[in-house]
Amino acid sequence: MIEQIKPPRRKNPLLRTRLPASPPRPRSRISHGFTRAAAEGRFMLQRCEACGAFTYPAREACPSCLSAGLAFVDAPRRGVLLAETTARVPSDVYFRERAPWRIGLIKMDCGPTIVAHLHADCAEGAAVSMSLQLDKSGQAVAFAHPEAETPNMADDKQWREMTADPKFRRVLVTNGRSVIGQEAVAALKAAGAKTVFVGIAEPWRPFAGEERLRGQDGIEIVTLDAADEKSATDLAADIGGKVDILVNTTEYVRPGGLLDRRGTSIARDEIDQAYLGFINLAQAFGPAMRMRGADGINSSAAWVNILSVYALANWPAFGAYSASQAACLSLSHCLRAELRPGGVRVMNLFTGPVDTEWFQTVPPPKVAPRAIAQAIVSGLKNGLEEMYVGDVAEEIRQRLAANPKALERELDR
Amino acid sequence: MQSNLLELASAISSGAVRVVDLTFTLSPDFPVIVLPPEFGQAAPVRIQEISRYDGRGPAWYWNNVTFGEHTGTHFDAPIHWFTGKNLPNNAVDTMPAKDMIAPACVIDCSAQAAQDPDFLLTVPIVEAWEARHGRIPERNWVLLRTDWSKKGWRDYSNLRDDGAHTPGPNPAVMKWLVEERGVIGFGTETIGTDAGQAGHFEPPYPAHHFLHGAGRYGLQCLCNLDQLPATGAVIVASPLKIQNGSGSPLRVIALVSST
Repeated sequence: MIEQIKPPRRKNPLLRTRLPASPPRPRSRISHGFTRAAAEGRFMLQRCEACGAFTYPAREACPSCLSAGLAFVDAPRRGVLLAETTARVPSDVYFRERAPWRIGLIKMDCGPTIVAHLHADCAEGAAVSMSLQLDKSGQAVAFAHPEAETPNMADDKQWREMTADPKFRRVLVTNGRSVIGQEAVAALKAAGAKTVFVGIAEPWRPFAGEERLRGQDGIEIVTLDAADEKSATDLAADIGGKVDILVNTTEYVRPGGLLDRRGTSIARDEIDQAYLGFINLAQAFGPAMRMRGADGINSSAAWVNILSVYALANWPAFGAYSASQAACLSLSHCLRAELRPGGVRVMNLFTGPVDTEWFQTVPPPKVAPRAIAQAIVSGLKNGLEEMYVGDVAEEIRQRLAANPKALERELDR
Repeated sequence: MQSNLLELASAISSGAVRVVDLTFTLSPDFPVIVLPPEFGQAAPVRIQEISRYDGRGPAWYWNNVTFGEHTGTHFDAPIHWFTGKNLPNNAVDTMPAKDMIAPACVIDCSAQAAQDPDFLLTVPIVEAWEARHGRIPERNWVLLRTDWSKKGWRDYSNLRDDGAHTPGPNPAVMKWLVEERGVIGFGTETIGTDAGQAGHFEPPYPAHHFLHGAGRYGLQCLCNLDQLPATGAVIVASPLKIQNGSGSPLRVIALVSST
């Protein structure tokens, strides 16, 4: 049984903060099929299109019939733990620092045998449920969980390496003026975050929900205008070393594309808020987060972006906004690479139109801000990298994969 | 005349003439005018470091700065308002340079403004001021002292769900100051020359309406008006020479005789 983790004590200032190490990184190109699955929280294996056999690890040809038609498909998660072993003095720095470390051999019901990291409650001979996770290198690994819920399951030491659980962590929600921001604050607090810092730009402007944010234990309102370089830097000077999870809730939605707008001032605002704001936040908070990736129970763990799914395919009705989101999406991949040595995850949530003021005239379905907040928490708890929240986002993703040109024509309505 | 000018310079140097800075620091924190979000918005002040004695420029520190024409302590030119759009020389680059230096009458309404955030300057109040200090001479600035500049930013902008509540002039006094007293301009400590609720006046935004329609100027977000005498101060307000500019942030100073 897992012992419940305890709230971390204050750090001993005489001790050096340990720098993050990374688990082994090399992977074959074909095995990034697992990376894609792990990023989205899916469990996929290669399955032969000719003979139907599942196979593992990733291969170029089917070991049963030599067919080259091996596609990654969603696979049943159930298996049995055949054997386990505990590595006590591994040679790899990352694992040595975390030893003892348990791994095991899982015989999958669907056929293959998989070497996996083990949740502490997995017992030899018992059934397990498998998932693919992204480790601190951002690479996919197999992880075996007990089939049924066990007490304090999420507190497992090896599991916490695969996730960015908000429990006992300190979170910065960058924009608390928006409904999404306020819902995120509530959800993260409910998920056990020790402190949620809530950024408020231009504090002289009153905003709805302000009363509720103030006067709550563990919620601290801070002045933050992400679009202002100095504001981001000043806040990081105060709390940069205490931000374990950063949730970028910057929201600047304006309708219109190119020809029906005059001039560039709205586009500048869009870029200022979304893109330059992202850069300011990254430069202010990123270096300390990257450095604190192995800093105990409340190590830095994740950066969350909420992006429009129209970052992937331009929606002309909100065309310039879509472009600003596409810029942020590109930037998020850069940030992911740069935070990777610290083991800090970058999670992108893609949403369709949200049920907020600027999408007022857009017909349903629209995503409820609360659904986004819940997705943030569940994504962090499961260590995801990509989430599609709501029907529209999921549909756009599928249509984009099926035929980008068809999607382009159909978004032009 | 030449000797008078040199006397002025030495009086400034000796302190016999005080120089009072009426300007707020131009910073991203300073409140800007808030319009409904569907309108175009004044860009806030942004200061971005180019280098600071570092790898980007080892021996020098400098910034790129962006802001709207109507941010911080700023000047309104006649072209800012539709009433002044067809006047000659109505922009900051074409306005006569001599209009940048003029005496000021300071009307202290700080007591009334402390009682009522929607306090309005009226003709009788100005007439009572004139009874004590004399008639407002032509081509003078009229500066409305409310001590609003001493407030915290939230009280300073004082936004509520029915708009801003800040003091300013009523329509009658603006028309009267422009037409009967020939003022060169009107200055306030608040975010605009008009009261916070002036959108509901008739005409809306009377300070903008009457001042700019007659080719006069506005100054807003002033501070240190409490250091000025009721009469006798000379205001130096020279906006940036922005091509066809409707206004600009600027350094406003007042020359005040110490004796």
